[in-house]
Amino acid sequence: MALLEVRDLHVYYGNIEALKGISLSANPGQIVAILGGNGAGKTTTLRTISGLLRPRSGSVMCAGKSLVGVDAHVIVGMGVSHVPEGRRIFNILNVEENLNLGGYLIRAQHQLIKERKAAVFGLFPRLAERRGQLAGTLSGGEQQMLAIGRALMSDPKVLMLDEPSLGLAPMLAKSVLKTVREIADRGAAVLLVEQNARQALAIADHAYVIEVGRIVLEGNAAVLAKDERVQKAYLGGFESVGSA
Amino acid sequence: MGDFLQYTVIGLTVGSFYALVALGYTIVYGIIRLINFAQGDLSMVGAFLGWTLLVSFGFEHLPIYLALVIAFVVPMIGTAVVNLGILQFAYKPLLRRSLLAILITALGMSLLLQNSAELIWGAAIEAYPPNLLPSSGFFVGPVHVTYVQIALVVASLLLMGGLVAFIQGTTIGTAMRALAVDHDAARLMGINVDAVIRIAFVLGAMLAAASGVMLGIYYVQIHFTMGFLLGLRAFTAAVLGGIGNIPGAMAGGMLIGLLEAYTTGYLSGTWEDVVVFGVLITVLIVKPTGLFGERVAERM
Repeated sequence: MALLEVRDLHVYYGNIEALKGISLSANPGQIVAILGGNGAGKTTTLRTISGLLRPRSGSVMCAGKSLVGVDAHVIVGMGVSHVPEGRRIFNILNVEENLNLGGYLIRAQHQLIKERKAAVFGLFPRLAERRGQLAGTLSGGEQQMLAIGRALMSDPKVLMLDEPSLGLAPMLAKSVLKTVREIADRGAAVLLVEQNARQALAIADHAYVIEVGRIVLEGNAAVLAKDERVQKAYLGGFESVGSA
Repeated sequence: MGDFLQYTVIGLTVGSFYALVALGYTIVYGIIRLINFAQGDLSMVGAFLGWTLLVSFGFEHLPIYLALVIAFVVPMIGTAVVNLGILQFAYKPLLRRSLLAILITALGMSLLLQNSAELIWGAAIEAYPPNLLPSSGFFVGPVHVTYVQIALVVASLLLMGGLVAFIQGTTIGTAMRALAVDHDAARLMGINVDAVIRIAFVLGAMLAAASGVMLGIYYVQIHFTMGFLLGLRAFTAAVLGGIGNIPGAMAGGMLIGLLEAYTTGYLSGTWEDVVVFGVLITVLIVKPTGLFGERVAERM
């Protein structure tokens, strides 16, 4: 059984079925990309795994434990970190306070907090330079680094990233995704939602394509990148824009 | 000039009570966007709990420091429990539903506390022991300052300092500030949002209770309706400073206290409410975000 195992997830918004039986899995060291257009259900999938939404049926298991029905703040402690769409950093707090909150569950272990912060600063030196600065005054790229760094403070087994490259200049997007690869190489399972399919497939090991709440394609990322259907739907014509 | 300074001393004393209650409004508003209209009445509950201990139980005869510690700490805990009960049974079922419903419930809770207090302690005016603290004082030039005034202002400042240290200096305090921005993002940090809301209600109630006991010591007389006007004035103070903003609530409280003292001194006590609520209306029209508040208001 995989580290993260999602089976036949059905999620509703009121009477509207947003996820119609999503199944996916991810293992340590793996980047698993979830691709799909707007409203396909990518964000809903992540929000359900992290406990912000409750599924009507289906199962989510992490390291053999069920996450369904568990409160979002408890799921963090079970090793799943979610960097939400739009970064959602705490703009009135400074960089360091944002990171401290990322380590909220280990807040009594000052030494551990210090080590984790040092590790985040190692990954994103820019954040170290701006540790006392209000997060709301950071550039978009720095805010994304902060959002990822904040999620790493809990040393997650599974890191879920929702559109980490959205709104970033192409160079910066590339560098953020390179760091995501680095995080996976250190042993985390990464679930990566991206509209920028080309770049996502370039760093991912495995990928799923979602359309209106269903998985329509899955497979090795390199193979999918060459798949005609994927190229037509997600890779064609978007190159110059960088994202769909 | 002498008059002016004398009124200033009085205004700062009373203002520190308003500031404590205003902080309760502002902390709770910052986190769940609720004007907890029971805030002033929590102060009244604290005043009566303190009175019960000092007078009914006779703790006023204990050594003064011991009596004061008991008369502050026990009502602060008791009132915190009351506020947690209100949160659990009245507000929590409505959270994430309708802000209007919860606002009306808050008004209901204010009435509930008043009527419960009348039921428990009666409708009569009760009196704190008049000489609990030495009523003497000293002159600074033409201005008379009493030891009671100094003690109460210092105690208020200590409580406010403690609150600021907690909110600025601890991770739980940081989490409280984070909740003013984004509840879901806070959950994703592992923050138990419900628990932090409870902490905010405990802090708000403790500050209100402390101000209630202080009012009892300062004015001697207490009554089950005393929380109503106190609450409205403290609310004005919170709005004046920018609701959701902690330094703003403190400054707003002091300003309202000063305004009240100057009005009483230069005009007459009957004009107090006209001036205070005139200020509320003016602030709401001219600068609805208050003197210091822009952060929270941008989300409204």
